[in-house]
Amino acid sequence: MAQKAIREYDGKALFSKQWEKYFSGFHYGFKSVLVTSGAELLAKAEEHGFEWLKQEPLVAKPDMLFGKRGKNDLVLFKTNKPGDVTLADAAKWVDEKISHTTTLLTGQHGTLSHFIIEPFTPHSQEQEYYISATCVGEDDVLYMSAEGGMEVEEGWDEKVNEVVVPIDMSDADMEHAVRANIPADIPAENRGTFEAFAIAFFKFYRDMNFAYLEINPIVMLDNNEMAILDLVARLDDTAGFLMKDTWGDIEYPTAFGMEDQSPEEKAIADADSKSGASLKLTILSPMGRVWTMVAGGGASVVYADTIADFAEANGGSIADLANYGEYSGGPTTSETKFYADTIIDLMTRHKDPKGQDKIMIIGGAIANFTDVAKTFTGIIQSFEENAEKMKEHNTKIYVRRGGPNYEKGLRDIKEAADRLGLSIEVYGPETHVTDIVRMALEK
Amino acid sequence: MEKLYTKDTQAIFWNNNTTAIQRMLDYDYTIQRKTPSVAAIVAPTSGNKFEKFFYGPDEVMIPLYKTTAAAKKEHANADVLLNFGSFRTAYDVTMEAIELGGFSSIMVTAEGIPERLARKMNNTARNAGVTVIGPATVGAIAPGAFKIANIGGTIENIVNSKLHRAGSCGLVTRSGGLFNELSNIIAINADGIAEGVAIGGDRFVGSVFIDNMLRMERNSEVKYMVLLGEVGGTEEYKIIEAIKNGQIKKPVIAWCIGTIAKHFSTGVQFGHAGASANADAETAAAKNKAMAEAGIYVPASFNDLPATINKVYTDMLADGTISEIPEPSTSLVPKVRRSKQFICTISDDRGEECTYAGFPISSVATPDTGKGIGDVISLLWFKKQYPTWATEFIETVIKTVADHGPAVSGAHNAKVTARAGKSVVEALVTGLLTIGPRFGGAIDGAAKYFKHADDNNLDPKAFLKYMKGEGVPIPGIGHRIKSLKNPDLRVTGLMNFAAEHFPATPLLDYARTVEALTTSKKENLILNVDGTIGILMVDMWRALGYSEAEINEFIESGTLNAFFIVGRSIGFIGHVLDEKRLAMPMYRHPMDDILYDVQEAEKL
Repeated sequence: MAQKAIREYDGKALFSKQWEKYFSGFHYGFKSVLVTSGAELLAKAEEHGFEWLKQEPLVAKPDMLFGKRGKNDLVLFKTNKPGDVTLADAAKWVDEKISHTTTLLTGQHGTLSHFIIEPFTPHSQEQEYYISATCVGEDDVLYMSAEGGMEVEEGWDEKVNEVVVPIDMSDADMEHAVRANIPADIPAENRGTFEAFAIAFFKFYRDMNFAYLEINPIVMLDNNEMAILDLVARLDDTAGFLMKDTWGDIEYPTAFGMEDQSPEEKAIADADSKSGASLKLTILSPMGRVWTMVAGGGASVVYADTIADFAEANGGSIADLANYGEYSGGPTTSETKFYADTIIDLMTRHKDPKGQDKIMIIGGAIANFTDVAKTFTGIIQSFEENAEKMKEHNTKIYVRRGGPNYEKGLRDIKEAADRLGLSIEVYGPETHVTDIVRMALEK
Repeated sequence: MEKLYTKDTQAIFWNNNTTAIQRMLDYDYTIQRKTPSVAAIVAPTSGNKFEKFFYGPDEVMIPLYKTTAAAKKEHANADVLLNFGSFRTAYDVTMEAIELGGFSSIMVTAEGIPERLARKMNNTARNAGVTVIGPATVGAIAPGAFKIANIGGTIENIVNSKLHRAGSCGLVTRSGGLFNELSNIIAINADGIAEGVAIGGDRFVGSVFIDNMLRMERNSEVKYMVLLGEVGGTEEYKIIEAIKNGQIKKPVIAWCIGTIAKHFSTGVQFGHAGASANADAETAAAKNKAMAEAGIYVPASFNDLPATINKVYTDMLADGTISEIPEPSTSLVPKVRRSKQFICTISDDRGEECTYAGFPISSVATPDTGKGIGDVISLLWFKKQYPTWATEFIETVIKTVADHGPAVSGAHNAKVTARAGKSVVEALVTGLLTIGPRFGGAIDGAAKYFKHADDNNLDPKAFLKYMKGEGVPIPGIGHRIKSLKNPDLRVTGLMNFAAEHFPATPLLDYARTVEALTTSKKENLILNVDGTIGILMVDMWRALGYSEAEINEFIESGTLNAFFIVGRSIGFIGHVLDEKRLAMPMYRHPMDDILYDVQEAEKL
């Protein structure tokens, strides 16, 4: 996926690093720290440059990509009254939050682990503004509003002005368009300041290769002091090779609730990162009875679609689909074996609660250049090691594949399964790609 | 543009991806194209000039170029660029090609070009009227005409999927893997495809479904269309719009994959980078529903797609919109092929009579043909028919350099060897082996340095300064005894010939200005015979229309020396035969002609 969310802290750090280049004339203190425990926060406060942690009232909130932290009651800004949170309060609060799991209003569930701590910034509602930019269709769009905070989301259409910037628009035209669309309810005395900031914001968004950048609210204090209270950002990570020095070693955390990847998923992701081929695995339902090992990104989707369709139509449910994933791009024999080992291991951990057979779908479209016989060699090796386990779980194997050398591949896998006493059905390009799903489930 | 590609379409392939190119040529051979679909390859880091490929059982050479500009200059009719640059370079390669002009379509295979660059690239192409296929695609195919790289897979699969001849379906997909699958389904359930495009899996692709389907609407070979969309994006709605406003009238069968996504609220990325629903309207289910409501044939599931295609096809066949397609003849690509060890591009002895660059020997040998040794050299050395003034000049040069007496080192060597009792060939080669930078090499050197000075607009003074800096005397300048007052008549002869027959002699004219300066310093610093030959050769090639790069290559490869070698061989053989005739004894150099200065070796 090309667009990757980054932490609020990293987004602010990027602003800070580039501030003079884009926002000269404005001031930004970048008083933020990212911590994973109260102890880490207390230690940070002893470092030079972070004295403010002991001197100023603080705000603490999780920095884990999800929004609506206020509504989820996950922003610490007061003990008794707003602006009275001390360092000790914040550290205690962080430690409390990491001690148990948290369920968000969206249902996402997991353990909080990363927190951003900043000074409490007293300000009035009038000083809050909204600004964001993203790509819609083929164009960039800049959104601006005189109202920041949660209010902007209620009444978006009336409150937000948008400026569409086509990819080939000149800077002069872009600046003109921004000036012409400054929200009318921005007070006249702040208009010029906001214009200048909005133009700089757009250039920063564009040049830094953000896919999405939102500050809500941005607070304009006296003396051109800007406070970025809340920031959401996604980078276009395909631009990584261009931005290496500018972005630095930026982290792309997984979505909250998703970070508890199983060791198997982690191992496949790790193998993927070291390989020129593509290896992907997501476990959807560990107790599921239908396990897939599908070659190719597009094919893996149609198999998942079709399994869902047939499971539901034949008295099962989506929970039957145990995993989603794919292998493609010419994996080596050992990579394919490792992938097959992982799937078979997961498949044979739990007996099916209803006592039904396990189904292993080894599917794929007609390959363009992957040697089918070669990739099947890895699967056959895995069969040889795992045949007994597979038989214990009454595994029914369905194979469908085409492409270079597919006749040999199909012949080899059939011969191996027969030799090992495994139940297998084997089909080539004359059979519709997903028809093995029907054969497996329509029984 | 009604059709994306025709049987005459030729491509420039950026990156020497030999497997993919071989696949294209196998396809071309199978469908009996007249010319291979790849005209040239751009290989920026290769030092080779061509790459060999099989064309059926035989081999062909496809030229390599360092830049797209150079390839396009030589192959102006190749209007398709197959950009196989990586995600780091693909953008620059495409932008340069658009800038160069003359490309009707550019296919970009790289996955993961930075989105902002992809948008800029696609926009620039659109404004220039160039169709971009991709990025992140396996390509496109016009069955029976032109196939990009690996699309369609192996040649066996291509024939099985009826991709070797045009059918009736226009196919558009996002996924490259499923493109093959759909081609197969359409071959099994209908009569194959007329044109197919995998638009690419990245979020921003150049030509989208609607661009390709509007073109297919105009393509009379396409009778109906199959669209395989994906969850995410709103491109399918443009098709609905086009059907509603009458821009698309042909039947459309469509399915969006990714219905699974509705079962998982967050986190799981199904399929491609472009495949992620940001709104309800972008889900596969919503798009399938909307398409069905617009009158598009939408099956109940992907598994039912073959049946839907079969039904639409059968109905159209029944009402006569589609007729049975006769199977064309194809050529079979041999299973086992052996690459040739040697290549010959100048002569061919396989026919009735051996030919020199296409001309039978008898057509150039005898006097009545009007051809001389200059003609034979022009055929065998340059694979061109030079005009008479040029072949006569070549002969003049050979005659002029044939001999320069027994005292020059080469002739002396040949004579000494002959007197040692060696054969003609042994004596000749000892003579020839002296030819090099100091003996005969002035021809090469003069051509090289005078051309360099002329190319860089150095006035004579600057040229002399430059040569001083190089630390070498100017090759081709100076004679032992001859001077302006006592001219070398060989030089005069060459110059007169050139003045009378050459269309122009710019380099000689320049060299004369240099000579004017050098002779003002010293009488005998005239343009000598070696210099005159080297310089006039350059003028000859310029007048014959060779590029400066080609002439530099002649100089670098030692072609000028070759004229000297041929000419002087005549003289050397003369001296060797002379020795044989005279039966001279073994030669021993007189000792009084040697300065003996031998010290005892120092002990270290």
